[in-house]
Amino acid sequence: MTIALSIKALRKVYSNGFEALKNIDLEVAEGDFFALLGPNGAGKSTTISIICSLAIKSAGTIRIFGHDIDTDFSAAKKCIGIVPQEFNFNQFEKVRDIVINQGGYYGLPRALCEERTEKYLRKLGLWDKRQSPARSLSGGMKRRLMIARALIHEPKLLILDEPTAGVDIELRRSMWQFLQEINQQGTTIILTTHYLEEAESLCRNIGIIDKGEIVESTSIKKLLQRLDQEVLIFDLQEELYESPQLENFQSNLIDSHTLEIVVQKGRSLNAVFQCLNEKGIEVTSMRNKSNRLEELFISLVESSQE
Amino acid sequence: MTLLEQWVSLSTIIRKEIVRFTRIWVQTLLPPVITMTLYFVIFGKLIGSRIGQMDGFTYMEFVVPGLIMMSIITNSYGNVVSSFFSVKFQKSIEELLVSPTPNYIILLGYVLGGVARGLLVGVVVTLVSFFFTDLTIHNLPVTIGIVFLTSVVFALAGFFNALFAKTFDDISIIPTFVLTPLTYLGGVFYSISLLPDFWQGVSKLNPILYMVNAFRYGILGISDISIVSAFIGVMVFIVALTIICLYLLAHGTRLRS
Repeated sequence: MTIALSIKALRKVYSNGFEALKNIDLEVAEGDFFALLGPNGAGKSTTISIICSLAIKSAGTIRIFGHDIDTDFSAAKKCIGIVPQEFNFNQFEKVRDIVINQGGYYGLPRALCEERTEKYLRKLGLWDKRQSPARSLSGGMKRRLMIARALIHEPKLLILDEPTAGVDIELRRSMWQFLQEINQQGTTIILTTHYLEEAESLCRNIGIIDKGEIVESTSIKKLLQRLDQEVLIFDLQEELYESPQLENFQSNLIDSHTLEIVVQKGRSLNAVFQCLNEKGIEVTSMRNKSNRLEELFISLVESSQE
Repeated sequence: MTLLEQWVSLSTIIRKEIVRFTRIWVQTLLPPVITMTLYFVIFGKLIGSRIGQMDGFTYMEFVVPGLIMMSIITNSYGNVVSSFFSVKFQKSIEELLVSPTPNYIILLGYVLGGVARGLLVGVVVTLVSFFFTDLTIHNLPVTIGIVFLTSVVFALAGFFNALFAKTFDDISIIPTFVLTPLTYLGGVFYSISLLPDFWQGVSKLNPILYMVNAFRYGILGISDISIVSAFIGVMVFIVALTIICLYLLAHGTRLRS
């Protein structure tokens, strides 16, 4: 298995003495779709900035497809495409020029840059805006422009720092589809996000970082298997005035038409409905109380803080 | 990066710089032409006609090389300092920092962008000067050499200023409080032979005096200082500024956190 990203003992101490990263180790395999999660200020963006040479590490080694970012920086950088959190292009430049020039900085011939610019601007729905100055684009378009720019040299590893922040649902879905498409074509993707639903839908593996330390790095499947209970919300046909006593299930009446029931992992949902039937409670709909990953994320971050 | 890839990256930076200053030509190319035309009219024609000869030439003939050099200096400097600070401010410098483009190509690209604007303004101002005086070139290699090297020095200085600048105020401090006084006192408008010995000695500490006089020598064949020392001085500045800028880039000063 080829390792796309290998981080060993990475440490970052800012000039004011703040230790943003504390000897972190992380590996991402080639072809993976990896989520790096963590609360604000956990060290996600610092890690990404160091990988992309926008911040200077205090210690540790980083290898991109085997290329050390210190000793073989040119080969390492050619492997990476970065979509940062903040807009970082010249707002006065034309959309097309921004993407073409980026290809030039990677040493790509201009004709090839023009060809790929058309390809990615069309794919991302920006071709009609190619002659517009970047400042005239909407927020979602600016994010897509940064994705097109990051892909111009067709990197083997694409890193996206909160790519869908502030993007409407429809556009978010189309960006997910696009990212899944390029991942299926072989591009390794690492993304940081605050939307845990995004990580659960897109990613196969996950790293959770908190206070500069990796508190978890595993597959999403394995992580979700750790959940030993699930909280279900039932919408009721008839009004209830007190929480019903259900055998083997803990219940809690949220309001007269909404009942919350805790179901231990492995228990059949039929048993829940049987209990409700016995009590003469009619259910009109049912849903999960919250995102499953969110529950785990909170418990992992909380346990790391204890 | 291979040499060919480096060339592509360099030409991309230069092209981008040229597109930038020509797109905003009303801010970059027109003002120096208007300012220099006013200098020609006021100092050359109106006041100059009453001054008489300077070092054997009419005042207009004497002042024209200095004014051309002044426009080259301010525009080479101004282009790099404003362009590089602007990309730093907007964070679009990250486009280059994440790429495999080596630091020396980044520096060279911005410096040549500044040189391109300095030389273009110099050519336009020279063409305008033909309306006021007949300009002949005494020594072409010296003229071209000193113009190019001076432009490189001030483009490098502009890069250095932009690297350290944190605010837009910081990029106007050096031009206002250092560059303009040194240029005005650098023999653009007078020969230092007019000054008392003490002030002649003080003037010789001003590097711009050497550049202006070397250029005037190239055009008119007269100079207050040795041409060889002017070229040596300019080369020393180029080497020193290049080393400093590359050192700062390598350490990510004010660019990388």
